[in-house]
Amino acid sequence: MSTLSHAVTDSATMLRRNLRHMQRYPSMTLLILGMPVIFLLLFVYVFGGTLGTGLGGVAGGRAVYVNYVTPGIILLTVAAAAQATAISVAMDTTEGIVARFRTMAISRASVLTGHVLGSMIQSMLGVAVVIGIAALVGFRPTASLAAWIAAVGVLAMMSFALIWLSAALGLVSKSVETASNLPMFLLLLPFLGSGFVPTDSMPAGVRWFAEYQPFTPITETLRGLLLGTPIGSNAIIAVAWCGGIALVGYLWATKLFNRDPVR
Amino acid sequence: MTTMTATRTAISVTGLRKSFGDNVVLDGIDLNVAEGAIFSLLGPNGAGKTTMVHILSTLITADGGEMWVAGHDLANDPDAVRAAIGVTGQFSAVDNLLTGQENLLLMADLHHLRRDEGRRRAASLLDRFDLADVAKKPAATYSGGMRRRLDLAMTLVGDPRLIFLDEPTTGLDPRGRRAVWQIIRGLAADGITIFLTTQYLDEADQLADLIAVLDNGRIVAEGSPESLKHRIPGGHIRLQFADPRDLESAAHALGTASRDDEALTLQVPGDGSLRSLRTLLDRLDHTAIEAGSLSIHTPDLDDVFFALTGHPSTEKEPQR
Repeated sequence: MSTLSHAVTDSATMLRRNLRHMQRYPSMTLLILGMPVIFLLLFVYVFGGTLGTGLGGVAGGRAVYVNYVTPGIILLTVAAAAQATAISVAMDTTEGIVARFRTMAISRASVLTGHVLGSMIQSMLGVAVVIGIAALVGFRPTASLAAWIAAVGVLAMMSFALIWLSAALGLVSKSVETASNLPMFLLLLPFLGSGFVPTDSMPAGVRWFAEYQPFTPITETLRGLLLGTPIGSNAIIAVAWCGGIALVGYLWATKLFNRDPVR
Repeated sequence: MTTMTATRTAISVTGLRKSFGDNVVLDGIDLNVAEGAIFSLLGPNGAGKTTMVHILSTLITADGGEMWVAGHDLANDPDAVRAAIGVTGQFSAVDNLLTGQENLLLMADLHHLRRDEGRRRAASLLDRFDLADVAKKPAATYSGGMRRRLDLAMTLVGDPRLIFLDEPTTGLDPRGRRAVWQIIRGLAADGITIFLTTQYLDEADQLADLIAVLDNGRIVAEGSPESLKHRIPGGHIRLQFADPRDLESAAHALGTASRDDEALTLQVPGDGSLRSLRTLLDRLDHTAIEAGSLSIHTPDLDDVFFALTGHPSTEKEPQR
């Protein structure tokens, strides 16, 4: 068998292993879902009335805000799934099993690929559940089938990028605790962008940051696809950010994984 | 020299060096292990044993030296080395969330075995290592001994020709230790070369064909357990007396003995053979001295170990 087909078989084996882990250790998946769902309910039922009125919708209040905030909540879910990747990569590498993998004639990348693919599946399932709950509390997307497909594409792209970055963060951490703290900033970024309130309402410095950080164009693209708001150049910028983050994350993670584990 | 002799070489190491920062861990190691042998690297904690296993099993890279493992150049062809070896490290390398059977099937998949072949091999290893009853339970629920056996079984799925065992019995109870020893002997009987590290002298003595003593990153002695024991003094016959006057006359009669007036004992050098013992008894009979009791002390690897590692200046010859 060629090297490439080995890489594919080994990655599939590792993916099966990671999926089985998720099945045996469901609290991680619940953790990923818990946070965005709580924020969704909090923002819709506690802050939603006031924030919705602030958006200046005619129908006003909560109903408008559910639609506004759901794309932000979806991105929060993706960020939470990425954080879980850092934790599971760190847990894995602190155990002896990865040392065993390193002394076997397998495709080295497959260990990370298995994690990344597993986390992508976890992330997309989480997003589906969150969209379902959002629909129950009044989220009413106007997207066509094509727009839905494009939205799924944007989310997959973003998951892929953040998960590779988190895999690197998990590898650079010396402990599982560090691995769980390092990707925290990913969970903050949706708040410091257009995820929860429009950036125009922010003071100058924060606003400048909010407009130029990667989550804002991704949020705007997703919002545009699901709700028909204008997208403009945001789609291109979002693709560029995801590509860049994915590339940096991938190169960093593989470099970290290939160095000597004991130094 | 790395010339091939009549017995083929499983591991050949020349001038291996490794430092972590300023800390020199391995300082010019030369080593040859013949195919099919049980080789034991013996040394105290921190001597560099695990680092050596890490390097030879491709986990970390060396700073210098030439190494051939299972017929492949370690530096240029680590994947060929990986395909030929199996490693059971000091810390358990099992997947705790998977069952014992799933762990073995994972190994079978990673060795690209056919599905039925993988299942067959997993089943036979579960039987052989007495894990069939717990095959469907997660490894997290296993005892230390079961986990170690599963670890070894996972190492064997790929049919390795050379196995590295890093302190395989550390932390096991006496029964678990004996079980692991039995397994190691069985593997050696199948012709598998074994590279074993241990800090237990009796373990090396029990199992190894060839022992190298590692201390402070250098090999301070190498040889069969027997030849190592011959290299140090310590074999003697100890005579215990009841009366200082008996001790005095015996010391006079036997000449070369070293005496201890406090304990009323004499230590007579001897190799523990029947002939030397008979000579000694004849001489005591001849002078009509009453010795209270007699004990024979043969050197064991403890003596070797302390004689060798007690002298950190590695240039020193063992004293004669």
